[in-house]
Amino acid sequence: MRFVDEYRSEAEAQKYAQVIRRLVTRPWTIMEICGGQTHTLIKFGIDHLLPEQVTLVHGPGCPVCVTPLELIDKAIAIARRPEVIFTSFGDMLRVPGSGMDLLSVKAQGGDVRMVYSPLDAVRLAQKHPDREVVFFAVGFETTAPANAMAVWQARQLGLTNFSILCAHVLVPPAIEAILSAPGNLVQGFLAAGHVCTVMGYWEYEPIAEKYRVPIVVTGFEPLDLLQGITMALKALEEGRWGVENQYSRAVTREGNVPAQALVQQVFEVCDRTWRGIGLIPQSGYRLRPAFRAFDAEHRFDLASVSAQESPLCIAGEILQGVRKPHQCAAFGTACTPEHPLGAPMVSSEGACAAYYQYRRAA
Amino acid sequence: MCLGVPGKVESIEEDTTGVRMGKVNFMGVKKDVCLAYVPEVQVGDYVIVHVGFAISKLDEEEALEVFEYLRQMSELDQTTDNG
Repeated sequence: MRFVDEYRSEAEAQKYAQVIRRLVTRPWTIMEICGGQTHTLIKFGIDHLLPEQVTLVHGPGCPVCVTPLELIDKAIAIARRPEVIFTSFGDMLRVPGSGMDLLSVKAQGGDVRMVYSPLDAVRLAQKHPDREVVFFAVGFETTAPANAMAVWQARQLGLTNFSILCAHVLVPPAIEAILSAPGNLVQGFLAAGHVCTVMGYWEYEPIAEKYRVPIVVTGFEPLDLLQGITMALKALEEGRWGVENQYSRAVTREGNVPAQALVQQVFEVCDRTWRGIGLIPQSGYRLRPAFRAFDAEHRFDLASVSAQESPLCIAGEILQGVRKPHQCAAFGTACTPEHPLGAPMVSSEGACAAYYQYRRAA
Repeated sequence: MCLGVPGKVESIEEDTTGVRMGKVNFMGVKKDVCLAYVPEVQVGDYVIVHVGFAISKLDEEEALEVFEYLRQMSELDQTTDNG
């Protein structure tokens, strides 16, 4: 496929690996923010192409993984109501809540449906005026324009039976939380290409300056990652910091301005709790007061929900890059994709799922 | 979740609420995609699609950058070797 296959060339990957081997003189630690990038790195064995001095740590960029347990329990409480059609991206359905997951709600007769796009949920609300259609709006900045459009369109259509359960998170505050944590080991970042496609990368410039770190906006194919890693290592070796853009075929400094405009119209920044990490100030979106009618937390009485995490799961340490999945006692034994204890084992972007899928035999 | 897939825009139209939509071809699979956020896109352009929304037009010239950078870095290596 055009714009995919050419970035998977083994020969070019080997050339990049050679460039990196010649470049590196000291140990360096780089974090890739996005879980999609983690999967490419592990699937294609890119970490094995790198010299031993280069450590890649996997970041918290998996929205399914960081959605707080309490919100998953709220989703389950809503999905169990007989009048509700609960819609979600597929990943979210198997994330364990305190007692069960959304797929179990479906097995028990709840109307839980997987959708490809939030607009599919709006169509369902049009088609079923007698039912309450709720969409689980999880995601980073990449997904916010889609969810904003769904809410905006629902209002245009005069729908009174559509709402979203909003769990939106933002990348820059998470990078700041990692950099300002005591004992932080991360010296450079690969920023998530599609988040920057929407938001641009001007927001990262003050962070790179304040903490004196290189941040390279990076794409998702093997050669993208190898180039991003090369650019970050080159900056580190030369003692430079600042923001560079590897993913220039899709990302500009200012980002997608029309998308940002609708996001600003529908959402406002709020404090958000990240599962396994805790509260990060100003790190999420919620619906603006003008759109409160479309807020599922406002529409349904959810006061009685209280969350309980599995004591065995170390997802928090995994998401902060402190430990790797195979260092968890439950990995591959008590915790598998079939019976996950924590979200990183479920999501197609979760680090535990990547290690389980591609590294278990090793 | 932030998965974005490249595809080619085959047609463009407006839906009943006035939102710009289009058919995008992903290796033979055609899907309805919202084009509201890429007003500059024309039929024949490649876009990155995320959850049914085109979020960016792919820049054909910049698409070669990953190979150009590698060439420059490899040449730099050889210069160092020779010098």
